[in-house]
Amino acid sequence: MLDFFLGHYAYWFVIILMCVGLYGILFKKNLVKKTIGLAIFQTSVVLYFVSIASKWGATVPVKDSNIPVEQVANYLNPLPHTLMLTAIVVGVATLGVAFTLIMAIYNRYETLDEQELLEKIQ
Amino acid sequence: MIYAASDLPYRGDPDNLMHAEESITGTEVVGSYVIQEAYKDAKTPNIVTVILGDYRSVDTFGEQVVVFTAGLITLLILRSRRRQI
Amino acid sequence: MRRQDESPIVVLGSRLLSPYIMLFGLYVIFFGHYSPGGGFQGGTLLAASVLLIRLAGGRRVSRLQIQEFATTPLAVFGVIIYFSTGLVAMIMGGYFLDYEMLPFTGMEPAMVRYWGILIIEVGIGLAVMAILVMIYDNMVKGEDYA
Repeated sequence: MLDFFLGHYAYWFVIILMCVGLYGILFKKNLVKKTIGLAIFQTSVVLYFVSIASKWGATVPVKDSNIPVEQVANYLNPLPHTLMLTAIVVGVATLGVAFTLIMAIYNRYETLDEQELLEKIQ
Repeated sequence: MIYAASDLPYRGDPDNLMHAEESITGTEVVGSYVIQEAYKDAKTPNIVTVILGDYRSVDTFGEQVVVFTAGLITLLILRSRRRQI
Repeated sequence: MRRQDESPIVVLGSRLLSPYIMLFGLYVIFFGHYSPGGGFQGGTLLAASVLLIRLAGGRRVSRLQIQEFATTPLAVFGVIIYFSTGLVAMIMGGYFLDYEMLPFTGMEPAMVRYWGILIIEVGIGLAVMAILVMIYDNMVKGEDYA
């Protein structure tokens, strides 16, 4: 039972983060709070991919010249780490564009609430 | 969703079977090929940089275009309206 | 932004800390071959060192470090470095971004790839730093819009 708990606690943590992000997107009425929920969601997905790619008794995918040989069992799989670098940078770019659009909306309509926005557009 | 997490990632966090990390399910796996050939190809100890800069350099170029476009969007919002209508 | 009372502790601390962050960012870019790091991480650290001065000192002080109109040409220059290595490799025969055909003389093909990756990392770091500073500048300046 303890073995089961120690093996799975990382995934439960990621699921809790994902649910917090989803709650922020769906149930909050301010636009800035929705964007913060989006950022939390992106971070949880990156964390999930990185936590999958771990192995007992293996080291970082940087070639060491001392002891570990070129047998593949000594190194981690480098492919998820590489893809997550790209994902982080794309997330930063998306957040920049989202905040710029929020500023344009505020300068035009003078409010940032969702209900008042829907009434003012009509 | 917690029920799915207890069932599907049947292998825990530091476990050793990470969907055929070293052996074959039919053909060769990308991870094992890259680890064995990276130093002979580029003389660089860092395998992640070799993947991002040599084997998948077009992906990195596309990502640079994405970041550059995001910067350009903020420039277009800034443009001040001087026309008095 | 309206000017509040600037506390001298914040200004002194950020002025003391910012060159070391920039030096560490350059170290992370150029040691991307031997330790975890590379282009994107070093570019973000360099941008952090510039943004620290801009947040702590206000707009009049930080204009001395990097001008506001100079970030756009720097970003374009970073993308041009990346693109031109690809074009030079394609002109000399071979595929786009194939580093073995770059005109370096007297080296084995594996070392030419080494230098190709280094040039690309420098281009990426420069472009990422300029773009992050540009996003911040445009967002601050666009507050008085309309």
